[in-house]
Amino acid sequence: MNASVLPPAKLTLGPVLFNWKPEAWRDFMFRIADEAPVDTVHLGEVVCSKRAPFFDKYIPEVAERLAAGGKEVVLSTLALVMTERERDGVRDLTADSGGFMVEANDIAAAAALNGRPHVVGPFVNVYNEGTLAYLAGMGAVRVSMPAELPAATIAILAAQNLVEIEVQAFGRIPLAISARCYHARSRNLHKDGCQYVCAEDPDGMPVDTMDGKPFLTVNGTQTMSYHYLALLAELAELRRVGVNRFRLWPHHCDMVAVARSFREVLDGTLSPDAASTRLADLAPDAEFANGYIHGREGHRLVEDDLAIL
Amino acid sequence: MTAENVELVCPAGTPAALKAAVDAGADCVYVGFRDETNARNFPGLNFSRPELADGIAYAHERGTKVLVAINTFPRAGKPEIWHQAVDDAARLKADAVIVADVGLCAYAAKTHPDLRLHLSVQASASSPEAIRFYHQAFNIQRAVLPRVLTVPEIAALAADVPVEMEVFVFGGLCVMAEGRCALSSYATGLSPNMNGVCSPASHVRYVERGEKVVSELGGFTINTFGAGEPAGYPTLCKGRFEANGKLSYLFEEPTSLNTLAMLPELIKAGVTGFKIEGRQRGRAYVGAVVKAFRQAVDAIRRGEAPPDIDLDNITEGGRQTAGAYERSWR
Repeated sequence: MNASVLPPAKLTLGPVLFNWKPEAWRDFMFRIADEAPVDTVHLGEVVCSKRAPFFDKYIPEVAERLAAGGKEVVLSTLALVMTERERDGVRDLTADSGGFMVEANDIAAAAALNGRPHVVGPFVNVYNEGTLAYLAGMGAVRVSMPAELPAATIAILAAQNLVEIEVQAFGRIPLAISARCYHARSRNLHKDGCQYVCAEDPDGMPVDTMDGKPFLTVNGTQTMSYHYLALLAELAELRRVGVNRFRLWPHHCDMVAVARSFREVLDGTLSPDAASTRLADLAPDAEFANGYIHGREGHRLVEDDLAIL
Repeated sequence: MTAENVELVCPAGTPAALKAAVDAGADCVYVGFRDETNARNFPGLNFSRPELADGIAYAHERGTKVLVAINTFPRAGKPEIWHQAVDDAARLKADAVIVADVGLCAYAAKTHPDLRLHLSVQASASSPEAIRFYHQAFNIQRAVLPRVLTVPEIAALAADVPVEMEVFVFGGLCVMAEGRCALSSYATGLSPNMNGVCSPASHVRYVERGEKVVSELGGFTINTFGAGEPAGYPTLCKGRFEANGKLSYLFEEPTSLNTLAMLPELIKAGVTGFKIEGRQRGRAYVGAVVKAFRQAVDAIRRGEAPPDIDLDNITEGGRQTAGAYERSWR
């Protein structure tokens, strides 16, 4: 297919997975609203329900500013729902989202949205066409792919033409979620008395191997990659097989400039190589990886062209 | 729930382990086919179709049920491998299949409406709403709960859903929500969800460095052992890592779940199935653990406290934990 006949590619930003200072989060989102060339912005606490009260009060004004900036606002639900309070939160959001689209990040949230258009987030296991068809039948209109899926699988799912398929393209990769808080544990604390120590690491707490090799990152109850996912050279091939939406995970760097880089690559006005150099400048401490999309280990940086049969 | 209704659900990775579990008093044995359709897809493990037929005959003659785990997530483009596994389990008269994937649940419910479905722990159904979804959509009869819940949370859940609850009572323990962990594939390219393996042996190396032995997974150091210290298996989340300037077992110590002393509490919480982990274990291990839990459940049925049975010599690193069942674990 010729690039000129592809539908325009879209960019999704967020939700912020880290525990930023609420005012810093608000101001970050204001700037995204005003300046970032993204189509959709996700709000809502996905990782730890203990953080949500601090951000909830700013969501209306942030959502309003984003909408004024021409962005679609999507409200994301918590990934791991266990307690009464967490269940109530999902129930309230799925019952009345104030007119915003909701992203279900566990199957219970998708069930609560059954029959209404919704997004299925990357924390729901959609690995095959059977599950995709079932969720589409429940009203999913967009499905964000789990991080570990290779391009070959994503291409098969996109070819079903049932929903809009989104692929993660930038940022530390969410790898696991737990009932246990490792941020608290690293300070000899428990989750109940965590003192919100996760706020000390706005891009996550690095986890090194015993011989000093960077490996993972901890974000409260979530474990993430150390490496930053960066799909640039892969975008064209993914678009060729029907993926037209890419997600950027927010980091403590100039995300407006990051979004611009991706936008320009998708528009064909910036080469993937030049964008790669730019990302390295924007996130100078980041090491980049793209292994999963190539069907390899998630931490790998594969130089070969992505070729989907 | 009373002790009378409780079932011991026991692992069998081989026909020999199946016999050991049945002979030691298992109420149910759970098994997998010898391929990527189950979450213990290890070399030398699991059942061919004829082996499963023989195993089911052996178990059924002795009043034991056989459950077939088909609990990985079917690979796009190849769903027929997983569909065939469900068809074969139904044909061989398995008492239930244990499934996790929404699409596979839908296939099983539609194609084999009389086949009993258990929801695998890999589905990570952690709330009444999640479990009710699988029950209403696919008529799931039992849910294996993710190892993230406390006993009071399990009790609240059991009171609120129309299906049986099964919980892990012994063996290896995931510290992440099951079915939602890509740590293994990040390091090795192979994952529980896609390949049925976690921290696969094919990617493990033990390297001598001077006096020390280093255990590696996918080239990442997971732990280091001094001279004479037994080198444990490098399961990723049970490794030692440096974070916040400190070397520690950040995620979890090498330890085994052991809830022998908590069984009465779990029965009171409304649990039906007591699941023992370990399809990768040999028949001696399976026999010993099943025997211990059989004795404990029988004692509870007689109105006695569960006996204090020493399982130290077969737990990982000789250490035991009640895991997430106790709130302080979090």
